[in-house]
Amino acid sequence: MPEVVIPIGPQHPALKEPVNFRIIADGEKIVRLELNLSYNHRGIEKAAEQRNFIRVLPLLERVCGICSHSHATCFAKGIEEIMGLEIPPRARYIRTIIAELERMHSHLLWLGVAAHEIGFNTLFMWTWRDREAVQDTLEEMSGNRVHYNMNEIGGVRCDLTPAQIEAALLRLPNLEERIKKYREMVDSEETLLIRFRGVGSMSREEALNYGAVGPTARASGVDYDVRRDDPYLAYAEVPWNVVTDTRGDVYGRTRVRIGELWESSQIVRFCLENIPRGPIRVDAPKNAPKGEILSRYEAPRGELAHYIRTNGTDKVERIDIRTPTLANWTSVAVCLVNKNLADIPVIVAAIDPCLSCTSRMVVVNNERRTNGAGAPGVQITSDPKNRQNRM
Amino acid sequence: MAGSDTGLSQRLVNWARVKSPWLTVYNSGACNACDIEIIACLMPRFDVERFGILAKGSPRHADILIVTGHVTLKQASRLRRVWEQIPEPKYVIAMGACGASGGVFHGLYHMMDCVDSVIPVDVYVAGCPPRPDEIINAVVTCLNLLGEDAAHGGKEWRQKKPAGGAPAEKTSAEVS
Ligand code: SF4
Repeated sequence: MPEVVIPIGPQHPALKEPVNFRIIADGEKIVRLELNLSYNHRGIEKAAEQRNFIRVLPLLERVCGICSHSHATCFAKGIEEIMGLEIPPRARYIRTIIAELERMHSHLLWLGVAAHEIGFNTLFMWTWRDREAVQDTLEEMSGNRVHYNMNEIGGVRCDLTPAQIEAALLRLPNLEERIKKYREMVDSEETLLIRFRGVGSMSREEALNYGAVGPTARASGVDYDVRRDDPYLAYAEVPWNVVTDTRGDVYGRTRVRIGELWESSQIVRFCLENIPRGPIRVDAPKNAPKGEILSRYEAPRGELAHYIRTNGTDKVERIDIRTPTLANWTSVAVCLVNKNLADIPVIVAAIDPCLSCTSRMVVVNNERRTNGAGAPGVQITSDPKNRQNRM
Repeated sequence: MAGSDTGLSQRLVNWARVKSPWLTVYNSGACNACDIEIIACLMPRFDVERFGILAKGSPRHADILIVTGHVTLKQASRLRRVWEQIPEPKYVIAMGACGASGGVFHGLYHMMDCVDSVIPVDVYVAGCPPRPDEIINAVVTCLNLLGEDAAHGGKEWRQKKPAGGAPAEKTSAEVS
């Protein structure tokens, strides 16, 4: 049968975010997937070079609306290391609490979206209802439901009052109850098992070769978590476990995420109960000394890396953000080959894609290119109009 | 919408439209936060379906377009195309600080800076991101606008009188 190209996006009823898939299919089987990701490129890295450290934190939070605390903490952590600052223990605990609450809201959100993709809308509604409890806690602590803006260079912006801690602890038992229920459901609910088991499987070797990170890699048996292997914030002092699975399919990824939900709730509980007293920030110098650092952070979707270079002023000279979704896309393209067309939504959803933070831009400057300099197999059109379109 | 207050059938259509508007959401460069807050509106706690509001994937089925985020250069033409596909009468809600002015991204190299420079906007919602209740408020404001427009037979009555011969541009109501 001849191959057909099915274009999807950037605006499509099945898509939540603008992305363009070109699926090359042979009958019902997928032969190849071509991706065009960068519809939302905003140029944040460039903008970050022009703002000082105080102004850059709110900007970096808006790299992604779901893991906003991750980006701000990752950056603050890096700059503090360059400055040689040690943040107070209470600030470390507050950052950890917000980070884990963020992971909980992100994983609940994901579970809902994955259920929605297979048409199981009841679970979608349930998880999003439970997510509201997490959102309430975050709103009480930081003042905003989504962009918390808790970080400052040298500590956190606002303290947790005993009343806030008590309210958060009161919400936890119910959430834990629900997480247990979801764990049971995933193992017993026929709707989920049929659509998740054996779908989009990826072996450990493939996961390593294609650079998968986070729950996607951990579901394939890659036992790696930045929180344990390169501890930051309060993770070294908190008892918790890395959740892995050996199945490597969407079912395995669901189990890993639900396991992480449970671990996160336990970390939040421990931190809330054992939060040390003391100041919440130290005074940070205005300028950072010359230096460079690769700051790593375990965001809900996987390892997030900020490469930061400073030059002795109050601005960064260069910041490069490698987001987990960018690392995971290759694995999707691999997982999809030879699968059924109908499994595309759930396989794509299984890496928990977030496109706003993944958008990159490549400018192909034809004037500066000499003939034959392109990599083999890469076609470069010399039509200037086409160049515009590729932006 | 000319002659909207004439025939019975037209009055029926107007009534139905105000009672059950269908929305479509277009992410024209948002940071995702505005999008998830819109989805949160559809969920049990906020539940906009009790107002008859239904989220639809296709712009051809929609009455109200919610644009989240500022508009990136690459998205501008696509947003315009989506807007053109919506049948008249169509209403646009611009979400958040980004939709109004570009927010934290104001002035970056790949930005149009506001939705208004690409398509006409009827309602703005303040916030970064706006809370779900503010979004619901915006949609309800939009519905009131829809009813008033139907009574006036079009959107023209909202247009400011040209001052000193210059054509007026703003046709928007503000929500905050
Ligand atoms: S208004 Fe704020 S939350 Fe909404 S897209 Fe813009 S930056 Fe994100």
